[in-house]
Amino acid sequence: MTTMTATTMQVYTVFIKASPEQIWDAITKPEFTSRYFHGSNVDSAFVPGAAYKGWSSDRKRLFVDGEVLESDPPRRLSHTWRALWDEELAGEDASRVTWEIEAQDGGFSKLTVVHDQLEAAPKTAAVVAADMGWKIVLDGMKTLLETGEPLGL
Amino acid sequence: MILGVDDDDRVFRALADPTRRFLLDRLFERDGRSLTELESELEMTRFGVMKHLRVLEDAGLVVTRRSGREKLHFLNPVPIRLIHDRWIDKYTERFVSALADLKHELEESA
Repeated sequence: MTTMTATTMQVYTVFIKASPEQIWDAITKPEFTSRYFHGSNVDSAFVPGAAYKGWSSDRKRLFVDGEVLESDPPRRLSHTWRALWDEELAGEDASRVTWEIEAQDGGFSKLTVVHDQLEAAPKTAAVVAADMGWKIVLDGMKTLLETGEPLGL
Repeated sequence: MILGVDDDDRVFRALADPTRRFLLDRLFERDGRSLTELESELEMTRFGVMKHLRVLEDAGLVVTRRSGREKLHFLNPVPIRLIHDRWIDKYTERFVSALADLKHELEESA
């Protein structure tokens, strides 16, 4: 996917056989994120103004840093996003990630991730759009919630 | 969107058309495009393009967002990733390991 021109707004959608509450937990609890989000442990109070952090599994390295902008469990979460796992990306401006959860028929929920305000973060935009970006994260979350097991990579 | 066992069917059906693959390729290059923009690259009526976009949307391959008065179309690569991970990987892995076995056997007997 390296030839793709990463845009300043990216939209990803996945249907997951889980309730909105289960998906909310998967986004906001480290015991879930550590199993699908590149091993990162999310850490936040999930109220506007609170920090949004993603730690390495030993909690020694900060991979993602941000601030919660909106929090409406189990429907909507928006926070800023600075990618600190790579020095080059860390130098870029913060962008914004918004998670939207909508209940569907048949026990499914629709999860949409909008990553935008990427104007001043072109390298981050390219990385999150690439193979190991949001696609694999959302596939991993779906697999974990539907099978109880992480995606075997 | 009806969900269940036929999710993959929808994706394969949506991909089994050159116009729809063309539309996906345009969105792959740069997404967040309006219908008017996409239409200008195809020799097809607006209605025809809308119909194809609808099929792509039903398969989850295209997601639309409103931006002011415009409806913008985004490529959603997640369904292709799901098919790849659950379906294609399984077969390519076996093929690759069969080749590895063959190589091993040939080298053993040589």
